[in-house]
Amino acid sequence: MSRISIEEVKHVAHLARLAITEDEAVNFQKQLDAIITFSEQLNELDTENVEPTSHVLDIKNVLREDVSKEGLPQELVLKNAPDHQDGQIKVPPIIE
Amino acid sequence: MSLFDQKISVLHEQLHKKEISVTDLVEESYKRIKAVDEQVSAFLTLDEERARSQAEKLNEKLGTDEAKGLLFGMPIGIKDNIVTKDLRTTAASQILHNFDPIYDATVVRKLQEAETITIGKLNMDEFAMGSSTENSSFTKTKNPWNLETVPGGSSGGSAAAVAAGEVPFSLGSDTGGSIRQPASFCGVVGLKPTYGRVSRFGLIAFASSLDQIGPITRTVEDNAFVLQAIAGVDPMDSTSANVEVPSYVNALTGDVKGLKIGVPKEYIGEGVNPEVRESVLKALATLEKLGATWEEVSLPHSKYALSTYYLLSSSEASANLARFDGVRYGYRSPNSDNLMDLYKNSRAEGFGDEVKRRIMLGTFALSSGYYDAYYKKAQKARTLIKKDFEDVFAKYDVIVGPTTPTPAFKIGEKTSDPLTMYANDILTIPVNLAGVPGISVPCGFDQGLPLGLQIIGKHFDEATVYRVAHAFEQATDFHKQKPGL
Repeated sequence: MSRISIEEVKHVAHLARLAITEDEAVNFQKQLDAIITFSEQLNELDTENVEPTSHVLDIKNVLREDVSKEGLPQELVLKNAPDHQDGQIKVPPIIE
Repeated sequence: MSLFDQKISVLHEQLHKKEISVTDLVEESYKRIKAVDEQVSAFLTLDEERARSQAEKLNEKLGTDEAKGLLFGMPIGIKDNIVTKDLRTTAASQILHNFDPIYDATVVRKLQEAETITIGKLNMDEFAMGSSTENSSFTKTKNPWNLETVPGGSSGGSAAAVAAGEVPFSLGSDTGGSIRQPASFCGVVGLKPTYGRVSRFGLIAFASSLDQIGPITRTVEDNAFVLQAIAGVDPMDSTSANVEVPSYVNALTGDVKGLKIGVPKEYIGEGVNPEVRESVLKALATLEKLGATWEEVSLPHSKYALSTYYLLSSSEASANLARFDGVRYGYRSPNSDNLMDLYKNSRAEGFGDEVKRRIMLGTFALSSGYYDAYYKKAQKARTLIKKDFEDVFAKYDVIVGPTTPTPAFKIGEKTSDPLTMYANDILTIPVNLAGVPGISVPCGFDQGLPLGLQIIGKHFDEATVYRVAHAFEQATDFHKQKPGL
């Protein structure tokens, strides 16, 4: 049985904000299914009493003084923007 | 003969005595690039004008105290996922094809303070996802030892440029082997520091709990000099560690008497090519002659590292790469009349297949209903893999094995099946998962292609890793051989 269906691939692509074609969905389904099936070897491991590791170093909260600093100048923020107008980044309509 | 056949300390001496100028070094670099980069394709962007004018300025300081730093005037190449102010930085992705950063990465700032000169930006697998540099959106880098084979990846441009003599050293980044594997394939020295040793500020994030920046050089001594310049805690990266940075050059004593080496049986067993195994056993005999001892040990969860890595790194990547949305910078698809389509089309047209595959795998592993089964399971497996290393390091000073199971493979040989490509990193990935430092140094050849010896150390013990690597290098001639380009 497949670990992931074509419909699920399309759903995941939507969650990841990726447009995909029918052909791509078919191709990604095969490849993702193979990778996920392979990764299920982890089920051989007994991890009942094992803590998850999200980070290798023993770092907890890293705090600093809350001091206000100069922000980035507008021209630098807009420097790489694909489209902008009157100092604002421009996108297509969000509300009809 | 190239100026860059000399190590950094010799070039420094020649600069100091004014036998050469900074301009000579910069011109040597561009001359070599003009001569060979059409074949090798290591560079994506050159910064000639700025480099030349900077060299002119530094020439005036020669002979003064201001030129005393070892890296003063040295040309350097930088992997294209490390941001450089006003110098095109693409991470080899179409989605950043026109991106000019507005700040410098901490490592770049530190190297500028050391007065190195940035020659240009180096090719890589898109967003550092790959093991051959074939996933670059722009060009395929070739291995200088054999132009029909890959240079490794993802820091393929960084390793190839050093091997081809285009720059004396470069920076790469390593998430699952991306410095060590190309260093091995190209016959140069590459170090992945301990997680937290070097600031990641300004490194375009792939998998934040695994990524580290490190040096790729001709010799171990050069490598130690470069790490010295870039290591240390950084207020801009809260995961950089506040742990003292020792003098790495002082560690290069040549003395490994009494050193205890663990050799994981999983690293020299099935799946490792016989020539690779043979070269590692010879290297161990060399280290034994120098007074070290070695024993076979086990890292029993090694075979789970690949699955663990792909689940965790892809999950982290899916979150990190969410920022590329066509709104604030980078590529924007012209074919969208609403915001959702703008996101989806910009990302679909801007990212390559391998990047999409990993974003989707990560999104799947993190999605509701699958989180515990995949992501959390992999985090627990990571704990077991990390503990394997702790157990061995309780009794041994370093772990030694091959860097890769085979020498460089042919271009196109592994592109059709992602899992075959992933398997190439089986010996380097566990090191990132455990967060420990690892180096690759040249240890032999198989059919004219370089092989690498991997030396792995305890957390923050790069000094011992360098000491062993240096002692081995001094006792062998592999690093002196150059590709016939």
